[in-house]
Amino acid sequence: MEELLTGLEKLWSGFLGIVIFGALIALLFFLGSRFRGRLSRPAAILIFLGPAALLLIMGLIVPAVRTIFASTQDASGNEFIGWANYQWIFDSQFDIIVNSILWIVITPIAATALGLTLALLLDRMRREAVAKSFIFMPMAISFVGASIIWSLIYEYRAPDKPQVGLLSQIVMWLGVDDPPKWLLWQPFNNYLLMVIMVWIQVGFAMVVLSAAIKAIPSDVVEAAELDGANGWKLFSKVTIPMIRGTLIVVVTTIMFAVLKIFDIVRVMTNGNYGTQIVANEMYAQAFVQFDIGRGSALAVVLFVAVIPLIVFNVVQLRKDRATR
Amino acid sequence: MSVEAHEMPRLPDVDSLEEKPETIPQAARRKLSSPWASFVVVVITFLWTVPTLGLLITSLRPAADAQNSGWWTFFANPAVTFSNYAEVITGGDTIPNGITPYFFNSFAIAIPAAIFPLTLACMAAYALAWVRFKWSTAVFFGIFALQVVPLQMALLPLLQMFNLGWSLGPIPIFPDLNRPGSEQSLLAGTYIPLWIAHTMFALPLAIFLIHNFIAQLPRDLMEAARVDGASHFLIFRKIVLPLSVPAIASFAIFQFLWVWNDLLVALTFAGGTPDVAPVTAYLANVKGTYGAQLHLITAGAFIAIVVPLIVFFALQRYFVRGLLAGSVKG
Repeated sequence: MEELLTGLEKLWSGFLGIVIFGALIALLFFLGSRFRGRLSRPAAILIFLGPAALLLIMGLIVPAVRTIFASTQDASGNEFIGWANYQWIFDSQFDIIVNSILWIVITPIAATALGLTLALLLDRMRREAVAKSFIFMPMAISFVGASIIWSLIYEYRAPDKPQVGLLSQIVMWLGVDDPPKWLLWQPFNNYLLMVIMVWIQVGFAMVVLSAAIKAIPSDVVEAAELDGANGWKLFSKVTIPMIRGTLIVVVTTIMFAVLKIFDIVRVMTNGNYGTQIVANEMYAQAFVQFDIGRGSALAVVLFVAVIPLIVFNVVQLRKDRATR
Repeated sequence: MSVEAHEMPRLPDVDSLEEKPETIPQAARRKLSSPWASFVVVVITFLWTVPTLGLLITSLRPAADAQNSGWWTFFANPAVTFSNYAEVITGGDTIPNGITPYFFNSFAIAIPAAIFPLTLACMAAYALAWVRFKWSTAVFFGIFALQVVPLQMALLPLLQMFNLGWSLGPIPIFPDLNRPGSEQSLLAGTYIPLWIAHTMFALPLAIFLIHNFIAQLPRDLMEAARVDGASHFLIFRKIVLPLSVPAIASFAIFQFLWVWNDLLVALTFAGGTPDVAPVTAYLANVKGTYGAQLHLITAGAFIAIVVPLIVFFALQRYFVRGLLAGSVKG
């Protein structure tokens, strides 16, 4: 009962926040509409754009600049040490970089390939909506929730005891007597963590690619079929080229998500047993070790890795649009 | 500047997971549909659902069963209990803290953190699309480009700002809210840093997506309203907002789920206390400390994911549209 009351109190403060915010906006609108004549336009621009601009400057632009600056400082952020933090990353944290690259390459390709296969299969079956819903569902689940779901699958028990983890049990049914401790099993534990991300992202790839396949004009397909193309040939010479742009967008979008993934590794292994990646190490350095310099340098590495993905994505879509 | 310049990457239109009426060639192609394809899809659908099913079943089993036998043995030995949920909800002998305060925190964080950025983004998008000024295109592209800044870049400086204030030389931009003689900021233990941080991080994408929508509203309508002497504020309230409801709904759902499922921002700005931390922080914490209590952790996880799942199945159309549009966020 008491908990319900504190709960209501919490909801009340959320509601209060919304009311105060609404009142502030209403006040701004009221003030803005008092301006008439020549001043009305600048006032409107200031009031409509001002709040968002201020928040973006304070929340993204200035912090980004400060982080780049802090990445050249020592742990306490007081002394300039040049490239030393980056030197540290590339000298002693090399396995983290390797892990991150494996994540960025394998996960998007696996998720997209599986998503494409599903999209092609769905195109050839009835009542696809139910299947689509269930395969898409993991996207609604948080990474933390997904990690707990999958820790049930990777749970290890001694082989003479009843098994609790599904993977161990399946492997034992298949005749392996002594399944490994999955999450400690280097280097394969990395791939087991990637499976979680693939599980989440396949639905996204499937839905987007399925829409792209349905959008291929049917006369193109018919013409190719009249010319004798079918099966693999139809797929590789017609379907793939027609959805190339979408494929690239799907891959880069998943890459983008993977780059910054932090929750899965943190919840499953906390970066131990050789599973550390850049985004989680950044959190560990900045908020556990309180090494502002190294944490910032890792954030900058993420930033630099993201830029080409976005640029590539935009350029590709533009080109795709121009040729169509 | 041309309209083309405002067109940015957009994924193919996927309105929903629902089936649409087939065209004749599609129907013809379907005649070729192979039972094999259906079989493979059914198998994969099953595989994709099994992990979540395992979570649900484990959360409903008595503690001894859940810890000493696999959830699949449930079908041979079905014993159902709700005591795991009771213990996780109120706290109990094993885990003293219940999930309830965190559950309410998640709502108190996510609902405002969806409304604030949307409101500000609608306003900014309207200004950029319809109150055009000399630099409006440049500003729009600048905001679009901000999407490349990963969350991680902003966390540390933002945390310092909330704790110590921030000033540009002598001009205070964000006040130092420390109580005199205390290390604690006035904002500590409130939702305000979380709301502000989520709003800041959501704005670039929100402005971009809503701008794409608002810019396509009919020009005649806007000009007629201007000729009739309506102010920008009136046009925004009476014309732009009502017409933008579909775009707003999609993004609102996406943003709500994004905030609900977020862990990084929550850990950074809320810590793990029951005062303000959301369910994700609670789960991450409990998983680390009580990892062996499978029956309780699964019950907690199911409570946390049930809200997004309800949103998913109830609002699938908006959900898919918002999620696809927003999948580049971060």
